Amino acid sequence: MAARLAMSGRRPEWLGLWPLAPIVLFLGAVFVYPVGQLLWLSVVDGHGHLTAFHYARLFTSGTYVKVLGITFEIASWTTLIAVGAGYPLAYLLATVANRARNHLMLWVLMPFWTSFLVRTFAWLVLLGRKGAINDWLLAIGVTDAPVPLIYNRAGVLIGMSHALMPIAVMTMLAVMRSIDRSLSGAASTLGARGGQSFWRIYFPLSMPGVAAGALLVFVLSCGFFITPALLGSGRELLIAQVIITQIEELMNWSFAGAVSVLLLGATLAVVFVYNQLFGRSAFNLPQAAPSVERPRSGWVGRLGALVAVRLVAVMGWICDRVGEALDWIRPIRADRPRATMSRGVLWVVGSLTLVYLAAPSFFVIPVSVSEASYIQWPPVGFTLANYQLFLTNPVYVAAMMRSLVVGLCSAALAMLLGVPAAFALTRRPVPGKSVVLAIILAPLIVPHIIIAIALFFLYARVGLVGTTLGLVLGHTCISVPFVVVTVMAVLTNYDERLDQAAGNLGANPWRTLRHVTVPLILPGLVAAFLFAFVTSLDELSIALFISGGTRPTLPKQMWVDSMLRVSPMVTAVSTVVLLFVTSIILIAEFTRRRLERAPVTTVDRR
Amino acid sequence: MTDPVHKLRIRGLRKTYGSVVALVGADLEMRAGEFVTLLGPSGSGKTTLLLIIAGLVQPDAGEVWIDGTLSTYLPAYRRDIGMVFQNYALFPHMTLYENIAFPLRMRRVAESRIREEVRRVLTIVRLPGVEDRLPSQLSGGQQQRIALARCLVFEPPIILMDEPLGALDRKLRQQLQLEIRDLHQRLGITVLYVTHDQEEALAMSDRICLMDEGEIEQIGTPGDLYFRPRTVFAADFLGESNLIDAVVTSRTDRTVDLEGPDGVPITATVAQAIQPGQKVKVLVRPENLRVLAAGEAADNCLRARLRDTILLGQVTKYYARLPDGTDVSVAQLTRPGQRRLEPGDEVCLGFDRASAVGLPLPESATRG
Repeated sequence: MAARLAMSGRRPEWLGLWPLAPIVLFLGAVFVYPVGQLLWLSVVDGHGHLTAFHYARLFTSGTYVKVLGITFEIASWTTLIAVGAGYPLAYLLATVANRARNHLMLWVLMPFWTSFLVRTFAWLVLLGRKGAINDWLLAIGVTDAPVPLIYNRAGVLIGMSHALMPIAVMTMLAVMRSIDRSLSGAASTLGARGGQSFWRIYFPLSMPGVAAGALLVFVLSCGFFITPALLGSGRELLIAQVIITQIEELMNWSFAGAVSVLLLGATLAVVFVYNQLFGRSAFNLPQAAPSVERPRSGWVGRLGALVAVRLVAVMGWICDRVGEALDWIRPIRADRPRATMSRGVLWVVGSLTLVYLAAPSFFVIPVSVSEASYIQWPPVGFTLANYQLFLTNPVYVAAMMRSLVVGLCSAALAMLLGVPAAFALTRRPVPGKSVVLAIILAPLIVPHIIIAIALFFLYARVGLVGTTLGLVLGHTCISVPFVVVTVMAVLTNYDERLDQAAGNLGANPWRTLRHVTVPLILPGLVAAFLFAFVTSLDELSIALFISGGTRPTLPKQMWVDSMLRVSPMVTAVSTVVLLFVTSIILIAEFTRRRLERAPVTTVDRR
Repeated sequence: MTDPVHKLRIRGLRKTYGSVVALVGADLEMRAGEFVTLLGPSGSGKTTLLLIIAGLVQPDAGEVWIDGTLSTYLPAYRRDIGMVFQNYALFPHMTLYENIAFPLRMRRVAESRIREEVRRVLTIVRLPGVEDRLPSQLSGGQQQRIALARCLVFEPPIILMDEPLGALDRKLRQQLQLEIRDLHQRLGITVLYVTHDQEEALAMSDRICLMDEGEIEQIGTPGDLYFRPRTVFAADFLGESNLIDAVVTSRTDRTVDLEGPDGVPITATVAQAIQPGQKVKVLVRPENLRVLAAGEAADNCLRARLRDTILLGQVTKYYARLPDGTDVSVAQLTRPGQRRLEPGDEVCLGFDRASAVGLPLPESATRG
């Protein structure tokens, strides 16, 4: 083989895979190695001998098993709410005209890009004892005393499902948009009412999206600690909080490692069940197409399929009977147009969900200019004192600048690593492609808190704790999968014949890239960069550990202060972050639309 | 107002999308067992008409009668209409058995009957034994047959087909054209077929309904449309045509005397009301023109200068230009020892009165 290659004088094919080398080396160093090290720590004692001591403690103490139980319970409820309430919205978005979708999407993207922390503070404003909702409830006389809406499980669930629903909606939407619209028409000409056609055709075809969305939400929920810490009562202690305590207060690395293994193991188990049910790796999300065309294997899959078939048949039957009852009340007339009620209902439900997603964040704005010395609704008077406090506080200003620098640097680094990799993965035959993809996308699945303590442990030995470089590397590790996924999605839809045409017309590869490829995929590249930037801007887990005590990022500073007392100043900081991120999204969206209309990109890509 | 003869009656159907008029007021009737094709360029309203009949689009005005029942605003699932979609629209997550059983399940047919019926239609479309496969495991042509089987299984009064062969290659398309035609004749089903391919329309249809810009231009047998088009659009859209400018001098019953380019007298047949002095186009199909030998005579004779001769096999084509600059083509069967003609030669093109059709110019053409 080698001889033949040498004789033919061609470069061996693996040389063409160089674009993958930087990202693989990078993730090997700041992700695979440290996480592996942490897991290793959990099974050795102080002298380097294998031991099950930490696991024995984990399972015998009872506390941690209970915490794991609570974590799964809350994650399950969050998943149910985010996917269940997000489904009608995703369905609406998938079935409206393109123009309307572009407008509506903005209201999903806005909360998606807005900081978890800001949104949690917004819920404090809305749900507190002196919050907006209790204010209204008292005003209209529904209740005499404020209803406890936060510092309990309801508050945690509201906050977490609100935080994660945009991800669920966007994942489901990606799959729903790939469903052929003529199938519903076909079903109805074959005699299926709307309900039957939805349950028997649309719903099963949208299942891969539902499952992927649920998987992402569940996995992310398991690693959550911001919302439960700020909106919970203390009894909603999630496993991520246990890990933080073990490190921050007890410096017990081995035990934290064991808890991490537990969390990671649970996460992987969920991914495994997903694979069994849907016959496709969750890592293949970028090429998400309905996977149902492949027959399922394994008993879990067969059982799931059996249950699913029965379920949709029953749901279809129920809808049929309800429809018939409605027809009996209001008979169908062949001689006059009928108004379709279901569409109206869908719009109402979808719009309400959008309001739920987009509106709460904006409640921090009026409170930030209130004269009250604690967070309360309605705002009192008008003052910029909170902003003055914020902008004259050197710690906050330094933190803000550091967040911007880290964000820009890590986004740039993520692009440098991710874009070549995305090109190689979409355009070259990559041996062991699924393994490479799995490594690149693993930081999405592994809870960030685990990456954070793994990096902390690594950095402590090489002296990167508390450095900007350390933060940039850590943030790049979690934002680079987003870059790869986004750019791969754009490149998959890109007609490579355009490049061949350019080459044929005399452009060398560099000029082809510059004048043809990049202008066409520019909106995708811009989106990927902004995605990475905002991910870093909003990141708390890694910053919490490795920014050190003296050089915090903005989210960490806000977090540390709020742990002591939620002061009205955070509403001013939140407003600044909110407006900053919102204007970035609006600019990005505006640019995207401009670019799509600009002459250079009007080439028909279908 | 039941009407046992007509499977489909359409009265004054009108549909606009915003400011775009998709359908101007269509009337159409179909008898049982008929194969009618809606033919027209894209954007002519044929798919809109089909979707209204299927119940997937609601019209602004007009009536649809299916099998003697007023169905204008009935939802699709209450119409019992079979429809084959351009991309087949087979449910990708269901086996072929489940796909074909679907309409029967919706009608709550007993499972034992369903099994029988599925086997029956699979035999009809010559794909027995594929029940457990998934649509993606079949070729395009096979998927097309399954889509058809899924319609046949519940025996709808009409089957609608929206460019069902559009995605297939030419050879397979021709084979399936014959198969669909054969099924139509064997089973006596009533088919309304949409295509923009004129050859397909000519090959398959009992009648063709030619559409343009939301209006029905002409309905008739393939022969009617080919030999007796009523408009310039119809003449131009179907087959090859030579359209020659002329002015009416006088009319007697079904023939008109015209003055062609350079004042040449032409006689032609005409169907519509036509006034002396009116401008018309004269349609002569290439195969009805012939290059006259010296001394040979014909009803009509046009002088032209030859531009090119192309031997295509069984047919030889001559391209020539009339004195007023109109290009015409002549198609003649190729014969050995044919007179060799050179570009630039002056020739006489003859044609019979019966094969020339005078067509009044559309108002829009005189306007624009």
